[in-house]
Amino acid sequence: MNLVEATIAWLADPAHWSGVSGIPARMLEHVALSGAALLIAAGIAIPIGVWIGHTGRGVALAANVANVGRALPSLAVIGIVLPITAAIDPQAGFKLYPTLVAMVILAIPPILVNTQTGVGGVDAEVVEAARAMGMWPGQVVGRVELPLAMPAIAAGLRSAAVQVIATATLGAIFGGGGLGRFLVEGIAQQDDGMIFGGVVLVAGLALAVEGAFVLGEASLRSPGLRDAAVRGAAARAA
Amino acid sequence: MSRAARVVFEHVSKRYPGTAEGSGAVDDLSLEVPAGTTCVLVGPSGCGKTTTLKLVNRLIEPTSGRILVGDRDVAGRDPIVLRREIGYVIQQVGLFPHQTVGQNVETVPRLLGWDSGRRRARTDELLELVGLPAARYRDRYPAALSGGERQRVGVARALAADPPVLLMDEPFGAVDPLVRERLQNELLSIQEGLAKTILFVTHDIDEAIKMGDRVAVLEGGGRLAQFGTPDEILANPASDFVARFVGADRGLKRLALARVGDLQPADVTIAHPGDSAADARARVVADPFPYLLLLYADGQPIGWIGGKDVPGDGELAESMAVSASPLLDRHTTLKDALSMLLASSVQAGIVVDRRGAYQGIVTADMITERMRPAAESRS
Repeated sequence: MNLVEATIAWLADPAHWSGVSGIPARMLEHVALSGAALLIAAGIAIPIGVWIGHTGRGVALAANVANVGRALPSLAVIGIVLPITAAIDPQAGFKLYPTLVAMVILAIPPILVNTQTGVGGVDAEVVEAARAMGMWPGQVVGRVELPLAMPAIAAGLRSAAVQVIATATLGAIFGGGGLGRFLVEGIAQQDDGMIFGGVVLVAGLALAVEGAFVLGEASLRSPGLRDAAVRGAAARAA
Repeated sequence: MSRAARVVFEHVSKRYPGTAEGSGAVDDLSLEVPAGTTCVLVGPSGCGKTTTLKLVNRLIEPTSGRILVGDRDVAGRDPIVLRREIGYVIQQVGLFPHQTVGQNVETVPRLLGWDSGRRRARTDELLELVGLPAARYRDRYPAALSGGERQRVGVARALAADPPVLLMDEPFGAVDPLVRERLQNELLSIQEGLAKTILFVTHDIDEAIKMGDRVAVLEGGGRLAQFGTPDEILANPASDFVARFVGADRGLKRLALARVGDLQPADVTIAHPGDSAADARARVVADPFPYLLLLYADGQPIGWIGGKDVPGDGELAESMAVSASPLLDRHTTLKDALSMLLASSVQAGIVVDRRGAYQGIVTADMITERMRPAAESRS
């Protein structure tokens, strides 16, 4: 049996689609863990990014933090987080949250950078017009800067989501659940079908989430901003 | 709101420490813009004209001095409340690209908490005012508009809450000259009906002369070089800087400001067909202006007869007249009038009323006489 056949056979086996360690359950764990990490990261990164973008303060600091974040491999972040959490909580190695912390740390940079550049990149004339019409700073952010930065923020969330889904896989190595379990157990049991079945599921999930973000972003974006880049380029060329 | 309010600058300075010779600075500016009039701030780039504008709605705070809107010092006002009472139109329009034309226009009414019916009615009214049919434009996005249409939306948005004061920073700077000319004329006619107090910034002296009841010429470092009516500034530039800034053709620019109606037309010898030629000849010989103007019974001019060509007896006939004179009405600018006179063989224009009836004549001499600086103190 070659690899492709083994993988298809493993995926097609109805026994793998039920129970607490079945594919739907693992998928749910994976999505829940990733979703939680993304929400927490967005809750931290978007307000900070908005503040930096709106005030123009701390831009260099944010860029440095983000670069360090991007340069670190996911595994290294988990490797750093685990000993620290283990030192605080001896039972941490068997819990989910060290992986969650690592995922949050990895998800923050893309969201932060995109939010900050999106908000900071809103046309200064437009922001000044908003102020000149008597908007409070909060109204400038909420009614003008955020809607205009939305495409950039959505792009940041999208790349963070893909990264988080990949990182969640690694969590299984350290005792977490999710689709990564199939890789860990497959390696332990030398079951190629299970290993590659798990890989296909993770890749499929990442692609599906990416696609969902693209569609969601397009439907949320103001019609006034659709094709705006194309029109802008045309206007400059004219 | 709604009633126009005067805007007064009292010894206002804005310094930017560290900048060489203060680009954008304002130096001890004092001037008053009476309620309901337009004051154009004009000068080269970096002369502080935009800064001056932004001091009014407190986008920039002065280093010293006072600014009054109405009779109240803006420094004591809540900037948010103040700005909602001052319309603002900027250079690149600054429309919100994610909002429709209608949403853009109703920005300030929404901030003020108007209900949606009132906002909608006001938006439609304003779009019509600036020449954009509401049904067609209300739900479009700025990206789908031409430059001129965006400028109109910008003006409508600034007028939305009927502010007594309007600040306009090169509002027509980003459109081509033909569209600019049309937008200028539209603003002038809108202003005729609304009589807002307008502060208008431009670097274009022709636009300043056209739009301003008063013009403030600023020079580098934010010093007020001259403040006066367009005619005063063109007739008597206060300094070499102003003279250079308004240009060597300032005489012609002044001609474009004044109209035939501003002159007192001169009388000439007139007669009608069928009148006694001998009598007419006697009158025209006694007149220093050696031509006889022949008119129809309803006063419409037929043409000129040279004094020496008037027969000594018999009756005057239509066929004796040569029609070689431009017809002018009260609204013709002196620039156009002079141009017509230079092109005609009899250098006198016949001023006619709306029905075409003779009112008097205007000569090139009368026009140049009026343009002499000494004559200016009267205007």
